[in-house]
Amino acid sequence: MTNAFCPSCGAPVRFQWSSAVQTTCPYCRSILVRHDVNLEAVGKVADLPVDPSPIQIGTEGAYREKPFVVIGRILYKYELGAWNEWHLIFSDGASGWLSDASLEYAVSFQRPLPPNVPPARELPRGWTQHVDNVMLQVTTTTWAQYAGVEGELPFEYWGKEQVLFADMRSPDAQFATIDYSEEPPLFFVGEALEFDDLRFKNLKRIEGWS
Amino acid sequence: MVRTLECPNCGGTVQLKYERTLNAVCIQCLSVLDATTPALQILQKFQGAQRYEPRIPLGSRGKLATGEYEAIGFQMRSIEVDGVTYSWAEYLLYNPYRGYRYLTEYNGHWNDIRTLRAIPTVAKSMSKEALMHRGAKYTHFQTATAATAFVMGEFPWQVRVGETVEVKDYVAPPSTLSSETTAGEVVWSIGQYTPAAAVWTAFGLPGAPPPAVGIYANQPSPFKGRVATTWALFGLFSLVLILAMFLLAIAMPGQRVFDRKYSFAPGTGEPSFVTPIFRFEGGDRNVDVTINTDLRNDWAYLSLALINDDTGVAYDAGKEIGYYFGTDSDGQWSEGSRGTTVTIPGVPAGTYYLRVEPEMEKDGRYHGMNYEIVVERGKPEYIWLFLAWFALLIPPTITSIRAFSFENRRWAESDYGPLVKSSSGDDDD
Repeated sequence: MTNAFCPSCGAPVRFQWSSAVQTTCPYCRSILVRHDVNLEAVGKVADLPVDPSPIQIGTEGAYREKPFVVIGRILYKYELGAWNEWHLIFSDGASGWLSDASLEYAVSFQRPLPPNVPPARELPRGWTQHVDNVMLQVTTTTWAQYAGVEGELPFEYWGKEQVLFADMRSPDAQFATIDYSEEPPLFFVGEALEFDDLRFKNLKRIEGWS
Repeated sequence: MVRTLECPNCGGTVQLKYERTLNAVCIQCLSVLDATTPALQILQKFQGAQRYEPRIPLGSRGKLATGEYEAIGFQMRSIEVDGVTYSWAEYLLYNPYRGYRYLTEYNGHWNDIRTLRAIPTVAKSMSKEALMHRGAKYTHFQTATAATAFVMGEFPWQVRVGETVEVKDYVAPPSTLSSETTAGEVVWSIGQYTPAAAVWTAFGLPGAPPPAVGIYANQPSPFKGRVATTWALFGLFSLVLILAMFLLAIAMPGQRVFDRKYSFAPGTGEPSFVTPIFRFEGGDRNVDVTINTDLRNDWAYLSLALINDDTGVAYDAGKEIGYYFGTDSDGQWSEGSRGTTVTIPGVPAGTYYLRVEPEMEKDGRYHGMNYEIVVERGKPEYIWLFLAWFALLIPPTITSIRAFSFENRRWAESDYGPLVKSSSGDDDD
């Protein structure tokens, strides 16, 4: 199923990624969840705040020579602002995430949760975990609020409460996030990257800048 | 999109230029305002005594190596060491694609800084605490409590005058690693020492930058590479000299042209005599005249002249020889030598003889000696090579001393400097 109709407004909804579990109607902003052949409208996205990110749905780029396209996003708000987790689909069909918090970019991929990850309220800063022989250490913990979704996602994600994000760093550029929005938490491992590393195309135009 | 609002404190115009701004400072009354509230709620009124002007005007853009950035925020921050306040300027730079970075300035020294997205690891260190990051070792320079003394512009986070953080600086010139700790959270940043002229060019600032005063923590030493280079060159030249010595020894083997034994006792006939003639072949060469004696607790003076039989040119080479020995409370002792060598440089080829006149004390006691005169020609003279070697030692020594003095001046400003007492709230944890 790559084409369907929005059960809320009847507009055509096109899927770019066959494994998408959720998308948003580009016309009425209904959140649509896939059930076999049917789409169910589970809610509406409130007006998304003005987003200063240069990334948008349709932005292309490359991570380690592998091209990707941005097909969805989750927007989070926290006390110092907002950030996006952009859902990426790679040329080989793999799904990944690009975060743009404070314009510090990181690409990550979901991995099995390591054993012994403490619950959100018991996770100490400095907690370390080795993944593929890389030491990852919790450096920042951020309580954030889901503030909206857009486009295609690999799971259902809407109407969440405040959740904890624990960012982990390594002696090099490796990066990980423990995302407590689900039980058990989700675990993402990746790499911190510079803007130029990602070779973006089709970015949002920002007035006065090129 | 620029938003124009009114300052709730002074009524002046406040322009908000950046969408990510959380706190903005009124350009007129310097109140810190909450940019996320429609009425610009006042967060802090300006109580400072001094208004600072940024050297990089806010809103101006500069082309740095990593892209174009706009100066959007300016702070003065200060630390206090032994009652002396040291202040530096910090510029927040923004590019809507590339994010944030900082330029800092202290006494004309600039650093280009950005947040570090890695955690440095503790390095093994013999003395000062040190960190490793990407293969480089950063040595602890200073720990201090930094206070925000002045703010201006727009910030994507909370800023307040008077706010303090614990700052730890580690240096690996021209790089520096710094940690800022607030409420248990550590933020790392990495900086590169940047010549002021580069900042002036990047931002098109008028005039010339104020000259840098003193030596800054991560200022690269102009001697750093040179110390190794000058010593490497010294090593190379030393090898050349050693090689030259060997080549000379091979090319100019000593040639023994005369060797004869004599006896002498004062008052037994005419002391002065001439030797049979001998020949020197080839060009100008050194001549070594060696005298070996069997003197025992006595001395002798040999007046020697090497005379060219064809031209009559004479080379005088008088020499005193004395050898004394005995036993005292410290054991056996000896003084002087039974033999000596006189070197006459640059003697041309030809037929020569020696005129010899030995002399010893005439005090009624018996004096006398047996001696041997050996004439060798063509042994190379190594003294010049040694002098050259000492001369070669001068440049690397001076460079090393200057490099050492540069590092001394750098570290004099650190927690390890001679004038700093460890009392100013520093905790060495």
